[in-house]
Amino acid sequence: MERRDFFKQLSSTALAPSPTGKGRGQGETPTTGLNQYIGTWGNVQVLHLLRRTLFGVKQSELNSFKAMSMSNAVDALLNVSATQPPPPVNAYNNGTAIDPDVPAGQTWINATISPNFSFQRRRSVKGWWTGLMVNQESTILEKMVLFWHNHFATEGDTIQVEHYMYKNNVLCRQYALGNFKTFVKEMTVDPGMLRYLNGYLNTKSAPDENYGRELQELFTMGKGKDSKYTEDDVKAAAKVLTGWRIDNTKLQPYFDSNKHDTANKQFSSFYNNTLITGKTGTAGANETDEMLTMIFQQNEVAKYICRKLYRWFVYYDIDATVETNVIEPLAVIFRNNNYEIKPVLAALLKSEHFYDSLSMACHIKSPIDFVIGFCRQFEVAFPLQTDYINSYNHWGYLQSLGAVMQQDTGDPPNVAGWPAYYQAPQYYEIWINSDTLPKRMGLATVMVYSGYNRGGFKLIVDVLAFTAKIPNASDPNKLIDNMLELLVPRTVDSAVKPILKAALLNNQTQDYYWTDAWNAYLANNNDTVNKNYCTNQLKLAISYILNLAEFQLN
Amino acid sequence: MKRRSFIKRTAPVALLPVFINGLSFRSYGNSPLLQLLAAKASINNKVLVLVQLNGGNDGLNTLIPLDQYTNLSNARANIMITESKVPKLKGFDKTGLHPAMTGMLNLFNNESSLNIIQAVGYPSPNFSHFRATDIWLSGSDSSQYMNSGWIGRYLEDAYPGFPTNYPNTDMPDPLAISIGGVVSQALQGPEINMGMAISDPTAFYNFVDSVVNPNPTTPSEKELAYIRLIAQQSDKYADSIKAAYNSVATKSTMYADTTAKNSLSDQLKIVARLIAGGLKTKIYMVSLGGFDTHSNQVNTTGGTETGAHADLWSKVSVGISAFLDDCKKLGVADRVAGMTYSEFGRRIVSNASLGTDHGAAGPSFVFGTSVNNTLIGANPTIPSTVGAADNVNYQYDFRQIYTSILQQWFGLTKIEAAGVLLKDIDTLPIFKSTTDIKNSEAAIISLVDNYPNPFENSTTIKIQTSGGLTQLKVFDALGNEVATLVNKVLPSGTYEILFEAHNLASGNYYYSIISGSSRANGVMLKK
Repeated sequence: MERRDFFKQLSSTALAPSPTGKGRGQGETPTTGLNQYIGTWGNVQVLHLLRRTLFGVKQSELNSFKAMSMSNAVDALLNVSATQPPPPVNAYNNGTAIDPDVPAGQTWINATISPNFSFQRRRSVKGWWTGLMVNQESTILEKMVLFWHNHFATEGDTIQVEHYMYKNNVLCRQYALGNFKTFVKEMTVDPGMLRYLNGYLNTKSAPDENYGRELQELFTMGKGKDSKYTEDDVKAAAKVLTGWRIDNTKLQPYFDSNKHDTANKQFSSFYNNTLITGKTGTAGANETDEMLTMIFQQNEVAKYICRKLYRWFVYYDIDATVETNVIEPLAVIFRNNNYEIKPVLAALLKSEHFYDSLSMACHIKSPIDFVIGFCRQFEVAFPLQTDYINSYNHWGYLQSLGAVMQQDTGDPPNVAGWPAYYQAPQYYEIWINSDTLPKRMGLATVMVYSGYNRGGFKLIVDVLAFTAKIPNASDPNKLIDNMLELLVPRTVDSAVKPILKAALLNNQTQDYYWTDAWNAYLANNNDTVNKNYCTNQLKLAISYILNLAEFQLN
Repeated sequence: MKRRSFIKRTAPVALLPVFINGLSFRSYGNSPLLQLLAAKASINNKVLVLVQLNGGNDGLNTLIPLDQYTNLSNARANIMITESKVPKLKGFDKTGLHPAMTGMLNLFNNESSLNIIQAVGYPSPNFSHFRATDIWLSGSDSSQYMNSGWIGRYLEDAYPGFPTNYPNTDMPDPLAISIGGVVSQALQGPEINMGMAISDPTAFYNFVDSVVNPNPTTPSEKELAYIRLIAQQSDKYADSIKAAYNSVATKSTMYADTTAKNSLSDQLKIVARLIAGGLKTKIYMVSLGGFDTHSNQVNTTGGTETGAHADLWSKVSVGISAFLDDCKKLGVADRVAGMTYSEFGRRIVSNASLGTDHGAAGPSFVFGTSVNNTLIGANPTIPSTVGAADNVNYQYDFRQIYTSILQQWFGLTKIEAAGVLLKDIDTLPIFKSTTDIKNSEAAIISLVDNYPNPFENSTTIKIQTSGGLTQLKVFDALGNEVATLVNKVLPSGTYEILFEAHNLASGNYYYSIISGSSRANGVMLKK
C-alpha cells in the first residue's frame, strides 16, 4: 500500500490514542477495596500472595502456606526476624590485592575505612545482599528491603564509603516493617544518605538543597496533585538541616552547631505557615525533628507511601477508583497506626482488592525478581556459605545479571530509584525492551542447559530434583498443569500444552512414554538411560516455559 | 493493542478532540494535520542523535561569559576557571568554552560544525530532576503533564500505526534506537514506545512465536501483549541491526579508548556504525550521567579547570568530535545532526562544597556539518551581588530548538511541527541555509541599561534599537517571568520603558530584550 493510501485509510478510522492513556481500559479496574478477602483460598490465591511477597515460590512454600488460612498466611509473611544477619566478609582478596586490615573470610565492617579496598568491599555488600535474597526465609522482609532501597535510593558509587553503604542497607532491614516516621528521621542522618545527597556539606554559609528537596519530593510528600510545598520550602528545609556532619572515625553522624543556620525558618501556607525558630548549640538538631513533625502532619505523606506500596505489591495504575477504594483508606490506617508499616501491609495483602482477579499476573518481574526468583523457584544449589569465596562469586554473578538487565542493587540509577516504579505511562514495562528481554530469555536457557561455572562450582537447574517435588509428576498432563501453575501466573495459550507434552513424550503420542521413563528413573536413579531421557525431555519442556512471555509476569 | 481496540470501539468515525490527562491532544480523523502528512512525498534521510546529559549541567562553567568575569568570580570564586585558561569562541571573543572541551572548540572554531544556543529553558522552571526531565522529554509546558515524548509524537506522525505492519519496505528498520539497556521516555508515543534499546548490536535471541492479543481486556493481558510485542520487534529487527553493524568498521581514531571509561564515546561509536551500515532509523538516543554536581565539581587541588565537571565535558567533547569525524570518514556526515540537553542548569552562586545547586536555564549544543556554525543568544548578565537563589533566566524556549530540528532538519512544515509539539513556536537559525523567520524583521539592540539601579519601587529600562518586533521580559531570581513590558514592533530609536515593581520582593531582577533570535540581557536590583 502507498503511504498516501495508508493515511487516507487511517483518516476514515480515526486512529487516535485511547482516551485513558496507557493505563487500564474501561472495565479493567478492580472496584474492590480493603474489605478482608473471604473467597476461595486455592493455589491461585496462595501463589499470587507468595509471588508478590517473596522472590519466586518453591513448591514447598506453596504447600505450607496453603495449609494456613489466608489471614494466617499473611501474618506469617509479615512476621520477620528482628535479628540482623551476619555482616559481609572479605571474600575479595586475590593474588595481587590482599586487604591488610581484614583476614580473609572475616568481616571488614569493624575495620577502618579503606580507600584502597572500598570498591571490593562495596561489591561485597552487593554480593552479601544478593545472598540474603537467595537464602530468604519465607517472609516479606527481602522484598521490603528492596522496596526501601528503591524508596530511599542511594548509590554506593556515590556514597563511596563502604561502611556507610552497608549501614544504609542495615537501616532498611531494621525498619523494613517498622515505624516510617522514625525511619525517615534515622535516614535523614544516615551517613550514607548524608553523603549521597550532600547533607554533610550543608552549612549555614552555603546551604546545599539536595536532601531538603528530595526529603519532600521523593521520600515523604511526593509530587501528587495535593503536594504543594514550594521552592522556598525546599530552601527552608535545607537550612533546618544545616550542621549534620559525619565522624569518619566513629562512623556516625553528629551535629555541628557551628555549621547550623540559627535564623528562623519560615515554611509556606502548605505547611500552615509553620515557623521553625532557629536554635543555637545542640538544640539546633531538634529543628530536624520539628520539621519532620510538620511534614508528617500532612495527610499527603501517608497517601504517597501507600501509592508506592500499591505500585510495589499490586499494580502501577492508580486511577480514581483505586485512589478512593484502596489508597485513601490505606492511608487512614497508616496514620491511625502512627505510621507503622506492618498494619498497612496486612490490610493490603488481606484485602479483596489484592485477591481480585484483575490484580493478578499484571506485574512484570523486575530483574531481581527474575534472577533471584528463578534461583529460588528452581531451588538452584549454591556453594556452602563456609566456602565464602565461591559463595560471594556466585552471588556476585547473580547481582551482575540484575545489573545488566537494568537493576543494579546498591547502585540504582538515581535518587528516585528505578523508573519502573514511577515513570508514567510505562512503569514496569520499562524493564522489558529489546535489550533486556533477550538477556532474560538467554539466562533462563543457560541455567537449564549449561549452567554458570566458576571456581569448580556450577549454578544450574536440576530439572530432575525440581520435577520430583511437583505433585503427580508421573502423569505428563498433570505434570504440565502443575509445573505451569507453579511457574507461570496465568493461563497460557492453548497451543502451549501440546508443545510441552510433545517435549515430554519426545513426539510420541502415548502418555506412558513419559510415565514409564519417570517411574523407572524414580525406582532406580542410577538407570542412565531413563535418567538421561527424563533430563533431556524436561530440559526441553522447562526451557520452553521459561521462554514464554507469560514467564515474565508475576 | 489498545489502539486497535479503541478503533474497534469507536469506528467508523470519531472527530472529537481527544484528551489525555486533561490536555487537548491532536485529533486525527480528517484534521488538516493528517492531510498535510498524507500529502508529504516522503520522509527524508536525515538522522538525529540526541545526547542527554543527566543531572543538570552547570552552564556557566560550560559556555563561559567572559565579559561577566568579575561578577561571576565573586559569585562562584571556588569553582571559577581562571580566565586566561578559557579558550574563546572564534568570532565571539566575549564567550568561551570549558578548557576540557577541546574537541567541541575545534568543531566551532575550525570545522564549522557546532551551533551553540545560550540559556535554553522555559517559563516557570522546575528544579526537580524528575519533573524537569519529564518536561524536556515530553516537550510540555512547566504546568502541563504529558505521557508521550516529543520524538515519540514525531515518529507517530511520520510512521502512523507503528508497530502494526512494521517493518515494511518503506521502513525496514527500527524507528528509533536507544543505546544502552533502557528506552528513552522521549520516544514514548501516544500509545506505544516507538524505540528499541540495544547495548550489543550483535547479540539477539530467537523468541518463541506467539500471537499478540489485539484486544487485551485485563491488566495481565495488557502486560502480556506488551512483552510479546517486544519479543516480536526484537526478532524482526535483529537481522537488520546485526547486518548494519557488521557491514562497516569504525574509521575514526578519535574515540576514547576503553580505559578512559567514556561510555558516551562508546555509545556514539555504535551509532556511527549503524548509520553508516545503512539503517534507516531516524533517531538515536545516547546519554551520560553525573552532571548533578552539588559537590566537588572541581578538584580542590590541581586547578578549577580539573575535576568532575571537566571530566564530564571532556567525555562529551571527545565523544561528539570523534563521532562527527567518524561520520565524515564513513561518508554519512551530511545526514547526521545531534543535540545535547540537560534537564536544567545550575545556580549562579556556588556552594561551599565546590559544587552548585539546581538551577534554571543552560546552553545546548547542536552538532553536525549542516549546522549554522554560530552562537545564538547573548551572555547572561551577572549582577555584582548575586543572591544564593539567583538563576540564569531562559533566553530561548527548548521547544524552539525542537521545532527548528523538526522543520529545518526533518523538513516538517511549521504547522506539522506545531502538531508534534502541541505548540506553535518560532524557530531559531540552527541549520545552514535556513533563515530565521523573524530575523529579517529582527531589531538590533545596541544599548541596554536601566536607571536608577538599585531602585526602590520603579526603574526605567533604556534600549536603543534598529527597529523591529521586540519583547522586553523581566524575570525574578528563580527564572520566573514576572512581566512583559514590551511586545510590539518598535521603530528605530531609543526607548525608555518604566518597570513598576511595587509589589515585588526585593532582590535581583533579570531582563531580556527579545527580537527574532537575537537577545540582549540586563540585571537590576530592587532594594
